Amino acid sequence: MVCDDNSRLLHGYLDGELDLVRTLEIEEHLETCPDCAQQLWSQQTLRKAFRSASLYERAPSGLAVRIRASISQEGTREARATSQLTPITMPAPKRQTWNWLAVAAAIMLMALLTWRIIPGTENRGKSDLIAEELVGSHIRSLQPGHLFDVQSTDQHTVKPWFDGKLDFSPPVRDLTGDGFPLIGGRLDYVDHRAVAALVYQRHQHPINVFIWPADKQTDSNPHSESSRGYNMVFWERGGMYLCAVSDLSTSELKQFAQLLEK
Amino acid sequence: MPNAIEQAGSAGRFEEIVLPHLDAAYNLARWLVRNTHDAEDVVQEACLRAFRFFSGYQGGDPRAWLLKIVRNTSYSFLEKNRPVALAEEFDEKVHVRDVPTIDAEAIMVRNVESRMLRESLEELPVNFREVLVLRELEGLSYKEIAEMIGVPVGTVMSSLARGRYRLRESLLRARARESMRGL
Repeated sequence: MVCDDNSRLLHGYLDGELDLVRTLEIEEHLETCPDCAQQLWSQQTLRKAFRSASLYERAPSGLAVRIRASISQEGTREARATSQLTPITMPAPKRQTWNWLAVAAAIMLMALLTWRIIPGTENRGKSDLIAEELVGSHIRSLQPGHLFDVQSTDQHTVKPWFDGKLDFSPPVRDLTGDGFPLIGGRLDYVDHRAVAALVYQRHQHPINVFIWPADKQTDSNPHSESSRGYNMVFWERGGMYLCAVSDLSTSELKQFAQLLEK
Repeated sequence: MPNAIEQAGSAGRFEEIVLPHLDAAYNLARWLVRNTHDAEDVVQEACLRAFRFFSGYQGGDPRAWLLKIVRNTSYSFLEKNRPVALAEEFDEKVHVRDVPTIDAEAIMVRNVESRMLRESLEELPVNFREVLVLRELEGLSYKEIAEMIGVPVGTVMSSLARGRYRLRESLLRARARESMRGL
């Protein structure tokens, strides 16, 4: 064994990555070669220094928030792209000499694809329409005199105001302590039904929270979308759809959604 | 809104599986691009790529999967933004092996300061820096590193040997500079 070869294997030995035969060979060599023993010792010391030097760089605190926001935006964009592409990616039937087995297979494949794709497309289209409606409602509410039917910072005034005007009772909470004061509410109309719109404020930015009963009793995590420069965060809780719309950043809107859920 | 729910579900699963390894992702990117701001951009881009490929993720170690994407994104960033530096770094000049005297060595290893070690690691060529970070800071095995950077296990051992040797050399030089200044 030559030392050059050993100086490489020494690192495998240091890292505990050598097989038994080579480990024994190296240990034997170390007993007779002071140069290599010295090298091993200095590398062991270097490793100790490495571990105690706190060289590990942890992610800054805001990074996770930014990544979550960009992922949910990406999710939305992808969903839109898919819903636009699906009609084109459907296989076009080709004119060929009839092979009945192939025809049967094609019919089954078409049936399968249709069954898989169409419901999704319908839902996606509908979801986009509702998102557009919500942004439209938000913009309309910002025109002079359209923001409130009831103007109050008291949740015990705003919540009873909806009684008798809707077929459900929206959850109403003031978040003044968290920097998102409730400033009022109004009736609005989305997805062919009357919905509750609660108005909150963050600094000078108004936030509309639209609330209406869900089709199913499922809960979901906040999911964001953007349209015409406005951001939206949707989620489902306790059998209600909730959607916050504002010109605030997505991360601030998500923070707001989390506070509402507390 | 089923679309919203579906997307939130997939993003939620991604966040659950991948985002716990954000520190590891950032650590690798930070040591490869050597700048906090660029590292953040690289990690954000890598996570977005990871999210796009997420449907193809077949299980296995999510940290290794994410780190591989971070590594590729870091190299793309370096190729685009610092092509000259990258080419120079890969030019491995074989240094004459001057074994330091035992005295110098003893002085060096007893007094390695964090700052000096950090600077010496930053000065290493990227291919050596990378294996050292993955081995010493991330604690990956030779096999995991080999799979991640696409080389045989023996090459990982050689790179570690040369990287550590260079690191020690650079520390000795830094140490010598400091003591000259001190005199």
